[in-house]
Amino acid sequence: MTTSPPHHAVTARSAGGERTGHPAIQFAGVRKQYLSHGEAVPAVKSLDLSIAQGEFFSLLGPSGCGKTTTMRMIAGFEAPTTGRVFLDGKDVTGVAANKRDVNMVFQSYALFPHLNVLQNVSFGLERKKVGKAEIRRRVGEILEIVSLTGMEKRHPREMSGGQQQRVALARALVNHPRALLLDEPLGALDLKLRQQMQIELKRIQREVGITFVYVTHDQGEALTMSDRIAVMNAGLIEQLGTPREIYEKPATRFVAGFIGTSNIVDGRVSRVENGWAVLDVGPGERIVAPVPGSVRAGQGIEVSVRPEKIGLHRTAPLQAAGSVLAGTVTEVVYHGTSTNYTVATSAGSDFVVFDQNAHDAEDVASRGERVFLTWAPQHSYPIGV
Amino acid sequence: MTTTMPAPATRARRFRLTGERALFTYTWLVIAWLVAPILIMIAFGFNNPKGRYNQTWQGFTVKWYAKLFEIGDLTSALVISLVIAVISSLLAGALGTGIGYALGRYRFRGAEGVNLIMFATMSSPELIMGISLLTLFVSAGVGLGAVTITIAHVMFSISFVSTVVRARVITLDRSIEEAAADLGAGPWTTFWKVTFPIILPAVFSGVMLAFALSIDDFVVTNFTAGTTVTFPLWIWGATRVGLPPQVNVMGTLIFAAGVLIAVITNLRSRSKARRG
Repeated sequence: MTTSPPHHAVTARSAGGERTGHPAIQFAGVRKQYLSHGEAVPAVKSLDLSIAQGEFFSLLGPSGCGKTTTMRMIAGFEAPTTGRVFLDGKDVTGVAANKRDVNMVFQSYALFPHLNVLQNVSFGLERKKVGKAEIRRRVGEILEIVSLTGMEKRHPREMSGGQQQRVALARALVNHPRALLLDEPLGALDLKLRQQMQIELKRIQREVGITFVYVTHDQGEALTMSDRIAVMNAGLIEQLGTPREIYEKPATRFVAGFIGTSNIVDGRVSRVENGWAVLDVGPGERIVAPVPGSVRAGQGIEVSVRPEKIGLHRTAPLQAAGSVLAGTVTEVVYHGTSTNYTVATSAGSDFVVFDQNAHDAEDVASRGERVFLTWAPQHSYPIGV
Repeated sequence: MTTTMPAPATRARRFRLTGERALFTYTWLVIAWLVAPILIMIAFGFNNPKGRYNQTWQGFTVKWYAKLFEIGDLTSALVISLVIAVISSLLAGALGTGIGYALGRYRFRGAEGVNLIMFATMSSPELIMGISLLTLFVSAGVGLGAVTITIAHVMFSISFVSTVVRARVITLDRSIEEAAADLGAGPWTTFWKVTFPIILPAVFSGVMLAFALSIDDFVVTNFTAGTTVTFPLWIWGATRVGLPPQVNVMGTLIFAAGVLIAVITNLRSRSKARRG
């Protein structure tokens, strides 16, 4: 389990976010369970987490992993069963949602249908008794940031999904919250608009410098936008790290499988040479992976390798330093920028290989052909050792 | 369009035409059936009967509209009915909205029971409700009159309001209220600034329903009125000696007011839909 204590948290790199020295959000020993038919069902089993000021932080996981519950505990809609929640260093565990300095963008947007854009966006400031002139100034400013100037008098039902999304964003951001919580906000948009909004969100976050906590089940979205990602599964954080760390060095089999595509081999270490484990698969076939000093020969181990790191050859490589596997091509799918091969290997599992269509006008191999897979030693990654 | 096989096409069209004609006739028959009593009521408000029985057509006049309030008892009965209808529908609206909101929004101990009671009061025979209310008031030593009528009307209207409001609240996106709280609104502000405006159309139809139930209620009112005479009670008493045409005129006006409200609400929601 990877957690990060508050004093090790990534330091603030925000433009406008106030530096108080405290993490923007912190969970300490939080557990949350629901009662369902008299039985306690854990939603979040154990959570110690701190999110830095100005960070774009994603909670990523499949549905039911506890990510939404985690977010709702930040917003104040759910109270932890045990443990404390801190906002900006202040314990807010028992504080009601309307007294917390965070704002949320809901999955359904949850715009007030009876109010127009101006009234929707002013709602939070009016509750705080901000002066009329000041409200007008700040609403104008935020509508410009989300590119909705001129739509003040529109009602939510008169707007497209993308526009409603921006209203929801403006309604939350106009309050200058300590943190903005986004609950799968792009889920209802079509692919093109979603990609456009991803870039837009990142830009807005840079512009306002507020901590963003982003809940999503879409790994692509999380990788694109986040400074750090917490991958959650079954109420626990499986891995916490930068998008690159999570993609390149998945800590668990779950992470390796959930983020992108991974080829995972179960094997037994044949020998260890200067921090490199060698798994002999067959004559001329082996897997080489970097391992910590604790790994011994004879030990069972899982090794993952990403499909784009693997080279596909028709002839056996001569004197390769890294991993070599022989196999038979069972599927070839052309994807434009790359061609994806599925190869049945002697290591026991099917391998997926992405071959960039950079030079070749023709496919390297066709279905049924015997091929050799190679990859550099450092591209193997042992899981959970 | 193809003309290679004219015979079956024509037959199909003829059949379709017959079917359409049948549907057309059927539709108008149903409408006529529904509207006929109302039309007769309106028409006999313009009748000019020689005797005291307003039952056969004897000539057109508008004089009853001018003499609308000439029968003192009838006028005061109508006023009492209107006052009771306004007060009881507003009370039932307030109480029923609270119950409907609670039933639609929260899961609490006894929610099922309350829901059951709501449906039970709607479906229980008025006669039984009237008798039991009478027993209740008499044994509690409460003098019968306008107050007991109002209490009775509120009692049977609440369930209609709460059912209508509950149906609306159930379909209301929970996160809209959470958004209000998230933006700093307490429960009170959230209800009045967000929830209530959104469910207002449902509350309004509930109140209208309660008003309509109250203004023409006879059975329950008869048991709980004591010596107070409401509009329906007066009519009931007058039928034995002949109904004056003013009753038809008053009925016409109440009906017209109802139609007017319906038309206005319809137009408003239509213009809203057009904007959307």
